Amino acid sequence: MHTRTAWQALAQRPLRFLTSAWPWRSLAYLVSGVLVGGLVGTVVLLLAAAGLVLLIVLVGVLAILALLLSGIYVARFERWRLRLVDLDPAPDPHQQPTGPGPRAWLTTRLREPATWRELGFTALSLVGLWWMDLGVLFGALAVPVIVMWSPVDDSDVWGLAVLGFILLLPAPYTITAWAGARAAFTRAVLAPRDDELGAQLREVRASRARLMDAFELERRRIERDLHDGAQQRLVSLSVQLGLAGLDAEPGSPVARHLAAAQEQVALTLQELRALIRGVHPQVLTDHGLADAVGELATLSQVPVSVDIRLPQRLPPPVEVTAYYVVAEALANIAKHSGAGRAEVTGRLHTDLLVLEIRDDGTGGADATAGSGLAGLADRLSVLEGRMRLSSPPGGPTLLHVEVPCHSGS
Amino acid sequence: MPLRIVIAEDSVLLREGLTSLLERFGHTVVAAVGDAPALVAAVTADRPDLVVTDVRMPPGHSDDGLRAAVTLRQTDPDLPVLVLSQYVEQSYAAKLLDTGGGHAVGYLLKDRVGAVAEFAQAAERVAAGATVVDPEVVRQLLRRRQDPLQRLSPREREVLELMAQGQANAAIARGLFVTEAAVNKHVSSIFTKLDLPPAGDQHRRVLAVLAFLRA
Repeated sequence: MHTRTAWQALAQRPLRFLTSAWPWRSLAYLVSGVLVGGLVGTVVLLLAAAGLVLLIVLVGVLAILALLLSGIYVARFERWRLRLVDLDPAPDPHQQPTGPGPRAWLTTRLREPATWRELGFTALSLVGLWWMDLGVLFGALAVPVIVMWSPVDDSDVWGLAVLGFILLLPAPYTITAWAGARAAFTRAVLAPRDDELGAQLREVRASRARLMDAFELERRRIERDLHDGAQQRLVSLSVQLGLAGLDAEPGSPVARHLAAAQEQVALTLQELRALIRGVHPQVLTDHGLADAVGELATLSQVPVSVDIRLPQRLPPPVEVTAYYVVAEALANIAKHSGAGRAEVTGRLHTDLLVLEIRDDGTGGADATAGSGLAGLADRLSVLEGRMRLSSPPGGPTLLHVEVPCHSGS
Repeated sequence: MPLRIVIAEDSVLLREGLTSLLERFGHTVVAAVGDAPALVAAVTADRPDLVVTDVRMPPGHSDDGLRAAVTLRQTDPDLPVLVLSQYVEQSYAAKLLDTGGGHAVGYLLKDRVGAVAEFAQAAERVAAGATVVDPEVVRQLLRRRQDPLQRLSPREREVLELMAQGQANAAIARGLFVTEAAVNKHVSSIFTKLDLPPAGDQHRRVLAVLAFLRA
């Protein structure tokens, strides 16, 4: 595993750790922390003082406001500085302002929990963390150096130098450990919370859902075109050939050619039907998930028993996704599992569709290995659905799928 | 006996093809319509001997034709209906066969229409009260139902498949190149294995066919 944080670096073999950049990065992190802490502390004190003094002439309000918002910039810098000891970027937790202009920006920022978290962090840095950085640096580096050079007693200089050197040896560990702890704390406070990330993810999800709907609409259009066009024409052609056959003399070459042509049409119709079903299963649209999955089961090489009981039809995107999940799962069972039989159950728990697909095969299925299952997870994530796979070597395999059916979606 | 037939099919080309086909075999097409409401209106007005209808039709372009047929059969369980379909899926056939005890209904894939003579015969059998189910649909059903149809031998399945097409024992015997006595034996074995109590034989035949059409 690649080392991504200072703390992970601590666990490496000592020689490797000591020769790596991590102790130096940690040192730089703490030193910059002390410097910035000193600078920010000065600015904040000046702002607070100016704000209080000037409050009488109202200009002070601006200084106080700047004080309140200072956390945003301190935090931005802290997130950037974090990369010294934590290679994973910490994203900005702030939302886009609701409109253009400084006014919208200000109201958005003042309403966000992130802004106040950052202010709290700034306050804590100034009161506690900054001093502790300084304390650790002092204890780990300055104390041994002072011990080494302090001429307490001339005859003992040599002994003190050795003592100082010994005290200096653990410094890389002490510094890196504290830098790691400091970084973990910074990330915990300043990185976006799940719901803040959610605000950004929702838009991505919505656009993926729109894309998926567009694909599905297109498939249905192709299905309709094939059904209304090619399929009907072929059936008409077959009728014409059949009627012509009635007029032909039985056993004549014409009758034979007509019969052969009809055979071709029949085969084409069969192939076309299978193709159309692959593009979009109309039975799903007409009769719902339970019937459509029942049909999938009849097509499966492995005997499948289906027990899907739903009180009502589900939203179309849920039906389509659930259908493809079962289709892919059954295809995998037929291809890889060596199962003798499989079982599909489906129930609606309030507004959560729960599907379970099990087989008595050899197990060892891996959701990451087969692109089929990974693709299903992608499809599910669009609907905020989930899937869990349990497939110990030797079997049995159970695929547990949950899809929320938000009314109105 | 010539039949008075109502045809419902939204493709003009196929509607005309079906009309000339059925007229060729001496029947009268009293109405040929293109959507589900028109079908219901035509049947109410013309009281035909047989309805031949498509599944997917306007106005909904879903299974409107099939639903119209089911509604018609619910009001008049003796109305013979032959549904032409592009779907092998059994839920379509099951919805139709659940009406009127499965008498005088047919569910055929459109592929069969090209075999004009056989198709005309199937239409006549449905009009006479038989149950006709497409062999392809039956084959799928036989794959699906493990219980109690799994107990049937391959030969008994073949016999059941032919029964589902509305054939009498004599015709089945000719089709399988066996004696009628052998077919009788298979049929009674099917009845036993499907737990069908001895009653009117014709009734049991329909029940046997319906046994695997229902979940």
